[in-house]
Amino acid sequence: MADLTEGQKQAYWHYNITLTTILLVIWFVVTYIISGLMASWLNQFTFIGFPLGYYMAAQGSLAIFVIEIAVYAWLMNRKDLEFGIREEG
Amino acid sequence: MSLDKIFGLYTLGFLLVTILIGVAEYAFGLTPKWIGWIYMALSLGIYVFIGILTRTSNPDQYYVAGRGVPSIYNGMATGSDWMSAASFISMAGLISALGFFGLGYVMGWTGGYLLLAVFLGPYLRQFGAYTIPDFLSERYGGHAARIVGVISAIICSFTYLVAQVTGVGLIVARFIQIDYNIGVYLGLAGVLFCSVLGGMKSVTWTQVAQYIILIISYLVPVVYLSFTLFTIPIPELTYGRLLQQNNAKELAITADPKEKETRALWKKDADELTAKLKAGGLSEAEEASATAQRNQALVQARPTAPSETAKFGNTLTVPTGYGMWNFLALTFCLMVGTAGLPHILTRYYTTPSVKQARTSVAWSLFFIFLLYFTAPAYAAFARFAVFTRLVGSKVSELPGWVTFWQPAGLFTVVDKNGDGIVQWADFVIRSTDFVVLSMPEVAGLPFVITGLVMAGGLAAALSTADGLLLTIANAISHDLYYNVIDRHASLTKRLTITKVLLVVTAIVAAYVATFRYAVIAELVAWAFSLAAASFFPALVMGIWWKRANKAGALAGMLAGLGITTYYLIASRFYGVRWFETQTIASGIWGIPLGFIVIWVVSLMTAPPPQAVQDLVSSVRYPKSGQMVKGDPLGRDVPAR
Repeated sequence: MADLTEGQKQAYWHYNITLTTILLVIWFVVTYIISGLMASWLNQFTFIGFPLGYYMAAQGSLAIFVIEIAVYAWLMNRKDLEFGIREEG
Repeated sequence: MSLDKIFGLYTLGFLLVTILIGVAEYAFGLTPKWIGWIYMALSLGIYVFIGILTRTSNPDQYYVAGRGVPSIYNGMATGSDWMSAASFISMAGLISALGFFGLGYVMGWTGGYLLLAVFLGPYLRQFGAYTIPDFLSERYGGHAARIVGVISAIICSFTYLVAQVTGVGLIVARFIQIDYNIGVYLGLAGVLFCSVLGGMKSVTWTQVAQYIILIISYLVPVVYLSFTLFTIPIPELTYGRLLQQNNAKELAITADPKEKETRALWKKDADELTAKLKAGGLSEAEEASATAQRNQALVQARPTAPSETAKFGNTLTVPTGYGMWNFLALTFCLMVGTAGLPHILTRYYTTPSVKQARTSVAWSLFFIFLLYFTAPAYAAFARFAVFTRLVGSKVSELPGWVTFWQPAGLFTVVDKNGDGIVQWADFVIRSTDFVVLSMPEVAGLPFVITGLVMAGGLAAALSTADGLLLTIANAISHDLYYNVIDRHASLTKRLTITKVLLVVTAIVAAYVATFRYAVIAELVAWAFSLAAASFFPALVMGIWWKRANKAGALAGMLAGLGITTYYLIASRFYGVRWFETQTIASGIWGIPLGFIVIWVVSLMTAPPPQAVQDLVSSVRYPKSGQMVKGDPLGRDVPAR
């Protein structure tokens, strides 16, 4: 890596922290609020044949986790390139 | 030949063999025993072959597969490293028995990967060590942190390993109808071959091969069943309708007079046994058997819905109050534990770069997701099969899958009220493992598919055992012997010690497994709480907070480990209960305590040296220079 300036380092780290926080908030809400505390209430709705609360705990939350990690990998790897961090170079 | 081609051909070859065995079963009447032997020999043969092909004595190859595993393959290897006999065989049954509460396992064992991805994976890769205690030692300085790490790693991994070995024994015994103890040692021989010959390198490529077998075998029966019932071969889309039908059936069973009669008979049995136990004067063995019988009778006497007027049966009922607290606490412990188990964390040392480490976590979860996403469907299909094909049938004319699997002792059908008709309460489940094991027969598939499922279960147990074995052996040889005892040990000596330890650990694990302690299955769940409370806070604080120091980390790890162990034992054996929390969610106390203690003690003591703080900064920004190039299978290929 070409050495990053202090400013660049801060910008990079700030971006990382923001992204991480957003992903963790989604993770928390999906797991503990939607699939946990609200599941009983959500069960009154039906989604492709599933009671919604059960669906979120059994399927929806899992799919969201996969997407979240993929988004994290994609955005962070893109950020690395933007800052000229090329490990394989 | 490229890796994609090798594994593509391997997958095709495996499918072809399955079809050939199927044809042989159909045309020549190949017996189940022969099918078992063929699958067993074939799959173990493949693993041993890969072991020989990838043998190595280079330490970088041996400890971290030369850091040359592309992310997609590392994802597959992590997937099978992660998915144990419990995930493969038991989880769907657990969901079927526990209903909504069981979904905590599915969420917990997948959601943890997000924590791993954002908090640990890429940073550990950037750090570029061999083992997790390596990181602890470097970050917190000195041997103390390393030794605490080694001890935690061994405690977590060894209980887990014994459970896998037990799984191997059970599957092999059922597979080819041999003695359980012989099965244990036979399976282990397969594991040892790979890990001894080529360490992480062999284990990684074997695990990829094992993942392919396990995912195919998990999906085939339920995809086929979904297709026959709904003409849509995607069970994840179709089982919603089954949930509704099962729910209606659960409500009907609760109100059905014949069912009520049967349940009342079970209740009477349970009351009589309770009275007998109260009266006392029984020998220890008699008391244990009476208690077991009473508990079984109580399960049978339980209606399938909370009340006759309820809208949802037991499966769809979301727990409330302390039930909800336990659900959330369990999910949390499993998630954090997932991100703290050393045999999974070390996998991220094997990728060629930080970028690939990130992508690799994504692939890992994707490959794990394929199975976990399907497990609740298995549960629903199994309940549907019992509700529609077994309940209401004549005791003299049981469906084929019931007569086929009843002798295996996973369940029995008793006609409690003697009316000649099977009621739900007549179906006595001894092991919920029947959900996955009997699915091929439920779907009306030939025995070859049952053989396939067993090969999958074997692959799941062996691959996890491989990873654990290596973690334990490395913890002792690399962390304890090389780094603490003898810094000047030659490479040959270190590798020899690792190999000897692999064999010794495997034999000790197999020996413990032959006792078949009932508590082993429970201990696996404990490993998550222990890993969550000991490793996770120290690793996360080490990466994310420069000010965290040696005293803080040591105190935090010991406090987390201590309180979790205390609650595990006190709640399991001495009836201690804090907020009605179940034993399995013990980590809920240790995780926050670990963080708080690290924070408080670090602030009370001197900050870590500047060199360490610079180290923490450096892992935040990926850079080059730690990469070893080359084809993971050891031949020349164009740069990826």
